[in-house]
Amino acid sequence: MAVIRDVMPAFELFQPASIADAQAVLARYGADAWVLAGGLDSLDWLKDRIKRPQAVVDLGGIVELKGIRPWENGLEIGAMTTLTEVVTHPVIRDRYAILLDAAEAAASPQIRNQGTIGGNASQDTRCWYYRAGWPCYRAGGNICYADTPEAINREHAILDADRCVAVNPSDTAPALIALDARMVVRGASGRERVLAAEEYFVGPAVDITRMTVLQPGDLLTAIRLPGDWAASAGGSGGAEVQFYFEKTRDRQVWDFALVSVASAMVLRGSAIERARIAVNGVAARPLRLAAVEELVRGRPRNEATAVMAANRAIEGAQPLRFNAYKVPLMRNLVKRAIRGTQAWTS
Amino acid sequence: MDLLTWGRNPWDQPILTHISWDLLWASLFAGLAFLAAHASYMLFSAHRKRRAEETDALEAARGDLPARIQRHSMPARLFHWVMAAAMFALLVTAFLPIAGIRFPWVVWHWTAGLVLTASILFHVVHTVVWLDFWSIWVGPRDLPELKAEALREFGHDVSGPRPGKYPLGNRLYHLAIVVTALTVVASGLFMMVRVRTPFFTRNPYLLGDSMWGLTYVAHGLAGVSLVGLVIAHVYFASRPEKWWITKSMVVGWITRRQYLEHHDPDRWAIDELPTPNPATSNSATSNS
Repeated sequence: MAVIRDVMPAFELFQPASIADAQAVLARYGADAWVLAGGLDSLDWLKDRIKRPQAVVDLGGIVELKGIRPWENGLEIGAMTTLTEVVTHPVIRDRYAILLDAAEAAASPQIRNQGTIGGNASQDTRCWYYRAGWPCYRAGGNICYADTPEAINREHAILDADRCVAVNPSDTAPALIALDARMVVRGASGRERVLAAEEYFVGPAVDITRMTVLQPGDLLTAIRLPGDWAASAGGSGGAEVQFYFEKTRDRQVWDFALVSVASAMVLRGSAIERARIAVNGVAARPLRLAAVEELVRGRPRNEATAVMAANRAIEGAQPLRFNAYKVPLMRNLVKRAIRGTQAWTS
Repeated sequence: MDLLTWGRNPWDQPILTHISWDLLWASLFAGLAFLAAHASYMLFSAHRKRRAEETDALEAARGDLPARIQRHSMPARLFHWVMAAAMFALLVTAFLPIAGIRFPWVVWHWTAGLVLTASILFHVVHTVVWLDFWSIWVGPRDLPELKAEALREFGHDVSGPRPGKYPLGNRLYHLAIVVTALTVVASGLFMMVRVRTPFFTRNPYLLGDSMWGLTYVAHGLAGVSLVGLVIAHVYFASRPEKWWITKSMVVGWITRRQYLEHHDPDRWAIDELPTPNPATSNSATSNS
């Protein structure tokens, strides 16, 4: 295929001013429509001619998709809110610092100025076999080129692989799961549904061609952060919420995660009252570690609990030829998340 | 409508990937269209069965036959229902995700495939060793039956042969199922080598790109064909005039009258007749 990277192929560009208008265009073009949020992932796909939509629907002009506003006892973040706006928002800084850490770890300042939280959460995998346009499972074919004997698969999955071994690259996704965020999706019919963050992401076992539940015509309109896991949610009696986010990558800026971890923990004294932990970069969807959460509930926050939790987290890991390092990496990140910053930095 | 889907491999060669899933809808439509057409035809059918008085006379003459005649042995029935369950599981796990109902289907699919494979192996051994293997196949010897049944279908009362143990339609259906099921099983076993299972070491290069493409296409074609074939099978099993056959696949036997009314005793002989004794006359009798 001829790849002319600097020239945009022809398509119809739509810049609707409302969600309804956007969905009317999406309904008209169906699977031939492409939703453009910040455009940072999209332009690669389009210029490389790997994705060839007839219509591109730019959501940049839809005001109702932007901004951060109070919602019940938490916050609602419009899907088109930029990562920089998330990072600089005072309430997020005070109550949801884990999301701030995650958003701030994404890419570079320039990209965060343009990239949106909806786009970051919904972005496609970085598997280069898939992105090269080869007919792999994820592209509708019948092979995973990254899971062959000579494949270069250092960045690929160690858990939950089902034919495809690509991983989810989103930095904000594990933080959203740890915060028990709700994803607001407007369907093609106009019906709105609200999904838990971990249900928003899908693995290859369920749908090998998608990273999220979004089908043609669907739009992620907002992300809601409930108050249950906000920093002030510990309640009376001395309980407090503590967050942990860590992203490991080959270079410390403008790089995707090799493995990342996000946790929100309610502590009462030295005991873990409840916790939500998620990792990313290890599977095709960000994984909530429910078994680990159950294991640590009620236990003291100490080295023994951290080791036990870390070992539980990597159960079932199946490394590929070049990514066995992710197993101890993930184990150590989970261990750090349980111990907390104070413990591992001391 | 495209029949096949193609991609380009890393060497920029065109390769088959699988069939177009439009063929699923085509097969579904074909199955339902056949169902509607046949049901409409049957409203006006002039099919000639053996006359009641003729059957009465036969029944009087063949008092040596037991009241219940075994049509399907217990192992044969078990095979049929296990195979049916596996087939339904395969179709559901294969095609519901394509229809938009998404769930983790791959493990269920190959598990059902292995059950189907095991049941077919059992069936082959069972029919070769314990049953009349050739009674289900179709060949030139069936031409007189075909001609007679076709004439009966048009209302003629002909004296030509009636079906042996299995009517011609049964045997033609069996042949179609043999071809599609063996294709789907053979191609499916190869495809299992490409996914992670406890049984095989993954080897995506077991076949070349072209052969893999053909394997996926064969699997897909056989799979969508089974959609239409299963619709037809369920339809015929549900038709009132076929209930006696469906019931025999549950209980194993048919009545003496059904045997004489629908079959040719010369072509399906009851080998082991019981000793004429009123106390045993209701017991089922094995047959070839």
